[in-house]
Amino acid sequence: MPQFLEHSGTSWKGQRLKHTQSLIDSVDPRVRVVAAFFFALVVVSSAQFSVLLIGLGTALVMARLAHLNFKRTLRRVIAMDMFMIFLVIMLPFTTPGEALFELGGFLASKEGLLHACQIALKANAVVLCLLALVGTMSATTLGYAMARLRVPDKLVHLLLFTVRYLDVIGQEYKRMRRAMQARAFVLRTDRHTWRSIGYLVGMLLVRSLERSERIADAMKCRGYNGRFYLMDEMALGHPDFVFIPLCALFLGALTGLNFI
Amino acid sequence: MTALIETRGLFYRYPRRGVVLDKVDFALYPGERVALTGANGAGKTTFLHLLVGLKKAKGGEIHAFGELRSEEKHFVEVRARAGFLFQDPDDQLFCPTVLEDVAFGPLNLGKSRDEALQIARETLASLGMDGFEERVTHQLSGGEKRMITLACVLAMNPDVLLLDEPSTALDTEARRRLLNTLKSLPHAMIIISHDDEFLTELETRRVRLSDAKLVEEPIQQTVAVVSETEAA
Repeated sequence: MPQFLEHSGTSWKGQRLKHTQSLIDSVDPRVRVVAAFFFALVVVSSAQFSVLLIGLGTALVMARLAHLNFKRTLRRVIAMDMFMIFLVIMLPFTTPGEALFELGGFLASKEGLLHACQIALKANAVVLCLLALVGTMSATTLGYAMARLRVPDKLVHLLLFTVRYLDVIGQEYKRMRRAMQARAFVLRTDRHTWRSIGYLVGMLLVRSLERSERIADAMKCRGYNGRFYLMDEMALGHPDFVFIPLCALFLGALTGLNFI
Repeated sequence: MTALIETRGLFYRYPRRGVVLDKVDFALYPGERVALTGANGAGKTTFLHLLVGLKKAKGGEIHAFGELRSEEKHFVEVRARAGFLFQDPDDQLFCPTVLEDVAFGPLNLGKSRDEALQIARETLASLGMDGFEERVTHQLSGGEKRMITLACVLAMNPDVLLLDEPSTALDTEARRRLLNTLKSLPHAMIIISHDDEFLTELETRRVRLSDAKLVEEPIQQTVAVVSETEAA
């Protein structure tokens, strides 16, 4: 995978990214998750360009407030944009409406172009806001915040275990991959490559399954009885009491703008 | 003296590997450090798993802490009193931070949150691992992981330690540290290892698993170890 498309999870695993404490960090994680959720809801359901532009602007300001690393953020936003680039390109040609220009015999419609722009604006605003509000907390904190927000236990455990073992499984993958390279394996487009990669993936699944069984055993050995205990304490503080009304007011105004 | 853990006619067979334990009689007494050796795949780990009920014996009896244990619910207590150290520390450390991981056992034993944290901190300190409380578990070195897993097990205040290849993949210094720690612990232990030097310094008795039978073996004690066991 090219460097610039690396999964954002890879930099989560260490938590110890260079991140200076910011204003956003002083806000309670639960409040940040809820705020990001409602922001996304308002932005996605808005149809006015003015609202979307304000939304994107706000997201940019929040990213600035959160001291996001410019390069890393750009990389992630581009990664997300790559997902929808085809949609955005195709939309003008597939939506019927007023013709705008012609390209190789295909007509692009104005409605389609506007729709595509809206989608791009919405997606970028939401992703930036998520990166600023949620992306700045460690995955573990996010898990705890979700647990405190009464997200089902199973989902929270799934997240926490994924965070914990992503790296272990990743290392297992790299070990096997290196072992293949050590025996002069090179990726090609032939049956041998496909079969070998198939074995690699299969073996990774088998090993992960076996490891999960061992982990379950180890947990049983320490008296696990189906219950997890959350160790952190979260309490609303002064910054939250400023942030919550500000957020509510802003989102309310943003929603209202749609009806003007 | 009554045995802490005793097996009578313990039998286990894998579908394809065949019989790995054939009518094994074994007893672990307080203060003993039993070395369990044997070839790869001889069934040493299986034996330990049977003792704490992670696998179900196909025959024979397991008596632990004065009672016959045959069902899953009997083994819950056994697991609390017999601390199991797994081969791969990564299997054992699953919480995000060290402190949470060490406190996991005490919490399961019904301790309150503050008590559990207190126990966790004390245990870490007793192993000289204070300062690691907030570290992220998967970023520790191999030796550190090993010491933390030991802390996890000790935090449950067990009577017996079951150690599955504790010294594997440790460097000289980490190995020495583990060795000294284990020597200073009063617990009865069963230690699986292929590391002869490691065993020689710890063991008070040695058994070997070969051809599905458990055989007593003489131990080569160094002078230092003899005087120490006598002192104990």
